[in-house]
Amino acid sequence: MAAGGENGKQSQRQAAMAVLAHSDAADIAGCLGALAVPSYEDLREPENGLVMVRGRIGGDGAPFNIGEATVSRAAVRLASGEVGFGYALGRDRQKARMIALCDALVQSNEFADAVEAKVLLPLRAAVVAARDRKARETAATRVDFYTLVRGEG
Amino acid sequence: MYVAVKGGERAIENAHRLLAHERRGDPGVAEVTLDQISGQLSLAVDRVMSEGSLYDRELAALAIKQARGDMIEAIFLVRAFRATLPRFGATEPVDTGQMQVRRRISSTFKDIPGGQILGPTFDYTHRLLDPQLAEGFVPEPPATADASSAAMPRVTDILGRDGLIEPSPEAAADTPVGDLTREPLSFPADRDLRLQNLARADEGFLLALGYSSQRGYGRNHPFAGEIRFGEVEVEFFAEEVGFAVPLGGMALTECQMVNQFKGSATEAPCFTRGYGLAFGQSERKTMSMALVDRALRARELGEEVAAPAQDEEFVMSHSDNVQATGFVEHLKLPHYVDFQSELGLLRKLRKEFEQADRLPDLREAAE
Repeated sequence: MAAGGENGKQSQRQAAMAVLAHSDAADIAGCLGALAVPSYEDLREPENGLVMVRGRIGGDGAPFNIGEATVSRAAVRLASGEVGFGYALGRDRQKARMIALCDALVQSNEFADAVEAKVLLPLRAAVVAARDRKARETAATRVDFYTLVRGEG
Repeated sequence: MYVAVKGGERAIENAHRLLAHERRGDPGVAEVTLDQISGQLSLAVDRVMSEGSLYDRELAALAIKQARGDMIEAIFLVRAFRATLPRFGATEPVDTGQMQVRRRISSTFKDIPGGQILGPTFDYTHRLLDPQLAEGFVPEPPATADASSAAMPRVTDILGRDGLIEPSPEAAADTPVGDLTREPLSFPADRDLRLQNLARADEGFLLALGYSSQRGYGRNHPFAGEIRFGEVEVEFFAEEVGFAVPLGGMALTECQMVNQFKGSATEAPCFTRGYGLAFGQSERKTMSMALVDRALRARELGEEVAAPAQDEEFVMSHSDNVQATGFVEHLKLPHYVDFQSELGLLRKLRKEFEQADRLPDLREAAE
């Protein structure tokens, strides 16, 4: 069961990172403000860099390089020892640091519930709402074909 | 040959000051903001990201502002910026099948699973200038409808199930993905390198080449199997984390062209493919890219290579508008010494010509 627990923890961290990466830095900061954040140190100073973005030939074939994207990343360590990593598209270093902090908090027994309730839950709701709104707008542009029947058959 | 020419510093400095002044335009008119460019000239931003080969809306908007709307200059600025940042690595290949679709159309099947979704498109507009847009126009909020959660398979996946279309090429296990930003181009080039080249290629160049292939310069009889635009998730396997880290969403356009058949004594005939993929909403670009991708597969598919669009060395060597601009615009640089030597040569030739011309007269006079 230990392996399952590890995988469970990993997918929990990935899900949290996905929500955070999709959120605005200001919104993350706002949510973190509602939390009694423990002390932490920078393990890796937030920095900007690039990743080469890959697609697949034909959508599902061999990979090829489309072009690069800017990325910011950071790593922090809580006083209690948990190490968190933050990565996000764009050049917002503070966003990367906040993601790293949240990732560390998600792994901490003491703060996991609080970060879920006060940060991830509201941000997830906002991300899902934005996605749903876009999906509903898009759905209204779906073509409903109908066939005109000519003559009396 | 170029020679160092001194004495222009003052003029250059003042020219740049004048440029900054002209760029700002009338100071009585509000300055355009990056948010305005990114939000309201979003397709220009998409093009600069795509051909600048860097996904960053804010930087592309800044480049457009700095370049006074000159797209190729903006693309140049973005390319130059790329060189200032370290590369952390390559992302996991994005899955366009899982795209949160904003637009998705097929010209091959009316009733595709997931439906024909027009999204925000210029198609079916009348292309009449709209005076309302000149100022203060407030558009209606978008219509909404219930969204289906049904999967939206790629049309090529549907054709592939019955073997009617060739499968996409599989990755060779121990071959690294070609990267033209790391190694100089050499020919023949594999399809991964060709697609990378086309993804950053000048849209106008690809459009003209794609068009030429449709008009008969190279065999190309395509259908737009599918065009989709929307957001895909990007993930990066970070060694120190130990798993694929989500980086966020990225807007991409994908075009799958379905072309006429190949087959042999041992293989049943099937449709062939051309593929296009680019940053942002770049429909004309990806359609052109898919046409040219297919044309460039002539050698692989045993077709005669007779047209420019089928010639990979010609296409790949001339598709980059930053390189092309560099070589065309270098003609502006001082060539004073070169020109002096040509001038000297020309004067000598003209003198010889005149002397040769007079010889018969002299002979006549002598007689």
